[in-house]
Amino acid sequence: MIPELGQAALVVALALALYGAFAAGISGARGTATLLQSAQHAAVGVFALLGGAFVLLTYAFLTFDFSVRYVASNTNLGTPFYYRITAVWGALEGSIILWGTMLAAYTVVVILTQRERAREFYPWVLAVMLGVLSFFLLVMTVAAPPFQRLSPVPPDGRGLNPLLEDTGMITHPVALYLGFTGFTVPFAFAIAALATGRVGEAWITLTRRWTIIAWYFLSLGLLIGGWWSYHVLGWGGYWAWDPVENAAFMPWLTGTALLHSVMIQERRRMLKLWNLALVILTFSLTLFGTFLTRSGIIASVHAFTQGAIGAFFLGFLALVVLGSLALLAWRWDALRSAGQLDSVVSRESVFLLNNVMLVAAAFTVFFGTVFPLLSEAVRGVKVSVGAPFFNQVNVPLFLSLIFLMGVGPLIAWRRASRENLRRNFVGPILVGVAAAALFWVLGVRSALAALSLALTVFVTATIVLDLARATRARLRAGESVPRAVGGLLVRHNRRYGGFIVHLGILVIALGVTGSQAWSVQTETTLRQGEVAQLAGYRIRFDGLAGNEASNHFRVVGSFTVTNGRATPAVMRPAKKFYPQESSPIAGVDYHLGLREDLYIVLGDFARDGSHATIKVQVNRLVSWIWIGGLILTLGTVLAILPERRRPA
Amino acid sequence: MTRHRKFLIGGAVIAAALGYMIYAGVTQSAVYFVTPSEIQAAPVAGKSYRLGGLVAPGSLKWDPRTLDLTFTLTDGKASVPVRHKGAPPDLFGEGRGAVVEGNWSPDGHFKATLILAKHSEEYKAPHDAGTGYRELMKSLRKAGS
Repeated sequence: MIPELGQAALVVALALALYGAFAAGISGARGTATLLQSAQHAAVGVFALLGGAFVLLTYAFLTFDFSVRYVASNTNLGTPFYYRITAVWGALEGSIILWGTMLAAYTVVVILTQRERAREFYPWVLAVMLGVLSFFLLVMTVAAPPFQRLSPVPPDGRGLNPLLEDTGMITHPVALYLGFTGFTVPFAFAIAALATGRVGEAWITLTRRWTIIAWYFLSLGLLIGGWWSYHVLGWGGYWAWDPVENAAFMPWLTGTALLHSVMIQERRRMLKLWNLALVILTFSLTLFGTFLTRSGIIASVHAFTQGAIGAFFLGFLALVVLGSLALLAWRWDALRSAGQLDSVVSRESVFLLNNVMLVAAAFTVFFGTVFPLLSEAVRGVKVSVGAPFFNQVNVPLFLSLIFLMGVGPLIAWRRASRENLRRNFVGPILVGVAAAALFWVLGVRSALAALSLALTVFVTATIVLDLARATRARLRAGESVPRAVGGLLVRHNRRYGGFIVHLGILVIALGVTGSQAWSVQTETTLRQGEVAQLAGYRIRFDGLAGNEASNHFRVVGSFTVTNGRATPAVMRPAKKFYPQESSPIAGVDYHLGLREDLYIVLGDFARDGSHATIKVQVNRLVSWIWIGGLILTLGTVLAILPERRRPA
Repeated sequence: MTRHRKFLIGGAVIAAALGYMIYAGVTQSAVYFVTPSEIQAAPVAGKSYRLGGLVAPGSLKWDPRTLDLTFTLTDGKASVPVRHKGAPPDLFGEGRGAVVEGNWSPDGHFKATLILAKHSEEYKAPHDAGTGYRELMKSLRKAGS
């Protein structure tokens, strides 16, 4: 009964969403208020029904309703309570429901907050959001029905993929989807701007916060994904340039470009066309990413379920891209810039360069990801490019971007004078060069690592310089230091929020640089009592033990670790055996530290416990990546607070 | 020189640099997908390959002391001996599919630097998993106690 109720809810929601999209569209074209009113009601209904369906699916998981195919495929009687909830979005069908529910929630928030503020765009925004929702509901009812029955009903389910039994997997999809769906709001506004012909600054001002929020959740999703990969998969890395990762990284890159380019339009009324194109591109990339990962056209380490869903996404993607291009062509004349670039040495041009670099990075990631398809189509041979390609091409781009991150916020608008450049950059450049020299003296011999660290120091110096100068001005006005800094952060929250986000990115860059340049690893087989050594650590193998958890059995190795500094610790990497799986899953053990992480993976072992093969890694500075994520969060919160200062 | 032209030249320089980086990146890190038959027919030493096939039953040898892992990958028509340094990964075993990355060694074997394990999101219950699992649990309980 419950599954049928859920299925019915989805069908009704689809009908409501389609009706609402048309009603809102017609009211946008004709200005009929009553139609808009009913479209609004339809949207709220869609949210209630989707949320209800989501709750029903969760209920089916909690009550082990194995008559539902999706439940039987992703849980079993041994799955612990928490993971029964997260298993709801552990695979395709549930992910799509979660996605749809979030999108419907965003739609309701748009209704609540934008109805009055964005009156002229609002009907079209609602139409687009309901249109996108209709697509996802169509997928849910036709291509990937979550409530499909299974007959005969199995006595037990297959269980959740053991790799997903992790707190990171609870939050990672949620954050990622909040990011993906969040970009629907700016996209809807962009389409509304084109539909109404109001392609000026209004839509940008209205969507600034939405874009930041979507961007933030996407960043968070990427970081949590990295953390999951690092502490669950047991290969010791956090990023592999896997197609799935790339799929989420591309919209992040173009979204980052968008966050910056809208500032130029706000300030200088330029780049109207570029901004609209970036929004459309970012939204299209979120769809493309789903298509890429769900269609199975690219082999990935995370092989997702394949099926008709790929065709659905490709079709919708084509509709979005072609429709948007048609609208752009239609409004072509209105998209000319009101302002123009005055000088090559100006903030506008630095931001423009930043945009070019970010879009170029997105393009190289795209190119590398679809390269196997291209080469097979063009030359008939299957060729892929792996991590070396992505690193080689992107590292110069990212280093340039870090440099621009230092220049952009301080260089003058329109035309930077010699005086402006001298005043803002001579100090930080000297600090950066001094830092490079210091790193050399301290023994940093990798030119790339030294350059990356020096750039990081340079950018930090520009931020400190700016903050110090502004604080000093307030001190002269008689304020105390904490008051002055606090006042600055609150009054100019957008500027300093941005700076703090930059600091977060710098800290992440530090972690990436450190882990790439200085991590070491070894693999060895130890007999009981034997010791392995790596980077000052002594790791003694003490023995193996077996123990049972609710849904699996684990073999746990016991290793005593000493490093001369701290007291000996016992580390217990394991191998987990799930009855439904034919091969074991690694249970990594790690000690995290600011300087380095010690990371042990149990590879192979003798059943009598006499010897074990382990992989030991000492990963440098990785923790800073996660710390950077926290700083990024603080900066984002500050940046989206209401502005106290009137825009200049 | 007008501003417009400056920006145009700047854009062209960036595009050219990017094009070069992509070209160089592709030529240096291209990895060719091959089957055992294809690599047996025309092996090129030094070229990077990704070789996919079935781990031939009875061919798997693992020496924990030296970390030498050897096995044969087959596609039914041809077989390629593979050597790897390191413990067999979790999803690896005889009679199963595997993809290895590495290059062809002139003395007639494939030197794998990486064994790619496939993680699937929804996985199929293997028919015989239960017996192996129970047996393993038994022997480990004995070792642990």
